[in-house]
Amino acid sequence: MIEIGLGHYLSLGAIIFFLGVMGIFLNRKNVIVILMSIELILLAVNINLISFSIFSGDIVGQIFTMLTLTVASAEAAIGLAIIVIYYRNKGSIRVEDIHGMKG
Amino acid sequence: MIAHSIFFYFFSIIAIFSSLMVITSRNTINSVFFLILDFISVGCLFIMVGAEFLGMIILIVYVGAVAVLFLFVVMMLNVAEQKQSWFIGKKSTHLPTGLIVSVLIFFELLVVVGGWKYKDNLMSSSTLDISSISNTHQLGLVMYTDYILYFQLAGVILLLSMIGAILLTFRERSGVKKQSYFKQISRSPESSIELKEVDSNKGVKIDD
Repeated sequence: MIEIGLGHYLSLGAIIFFLGVMGIFLNRKNVIVILMSIELILLAVNINLISFSIFSGDIVGQIFTMLTLTVASAEAAIGLAIIVIYYRNKGSIRVEDIHGMKG
Repeated sequence: MIAHSIFFYFFSIIAIFSSLMVITSRNTINSVFFLILDFISVGCLFIMVGAEFLGMIILIVYVGAVAVLFLFVVMMLNVAEQKQSWFIGKKSTHLPTGLIVSVLIFFELLVVVGGWKYKDNLMSSSTLDISSISNTHQLGLVMYTDYILYFQLAGVILLLSMIGAILLTFRERSGVKKQSYFKQISRSPESSIELKEVDSNKGVKIDD
């Protein structure tokens, strides 16, 4: 409990990952919250990578974290652009209203 | 060792609480606020565990760019049930959450700055040699030599996403007068100047 090891950080990553996945499924409001849940998931992945990198003494994990961060920010930009044009066309981004592909 | 556990539990409890609030809060703007708090707590955790450069990058990129982008989009699309404005009006809906989040961020930064001198004996189990050269130096030594291709690839991904976002949200508006540099420069005297003979006592009609 007092000794903080690799398992504590992995547990934190797992909890945040779980919350992110639950956010995708529970959310009924709008798509922006889904994008934020994806950001939470990527943050959990970053926690895992960095804790493994620190505790096993290999710097490469932190470099991979930077690549993940790049992809996350690119994904946020593209996703928000898609949401903006969808709102411009349809006037709503509620999750129930988006059924153009009959999913 | 006890300091490390205090730091870890402080930041991780705030991170878990704020990520819970991200997915459960009713107002989307509050979700973005708690997302910012979550990023800052995890960034502080990274700084305290020994990955200072990535903690700072998370503060800059996530909090400074991505979360503010989310905030802009939420406010522009008017999807948050935004009834009151920020400061004017009887009661503001965003002010309490904003105050809570900013006070928490302030205390987190206080903890990080105050605990910085204990940082060397935080990570006893770390096998990375953090004493001789800094974390940024280590990252740079590896990233620009062995992983230069991946680094360039990340730059290409960012360029692609920038082009994609601009292309997606760009729209041509009709009926808006715009300056066209090409038309301005490519005018010739023959097409724009007309010489007229002016008869005396008659003048010239300009608009015919």
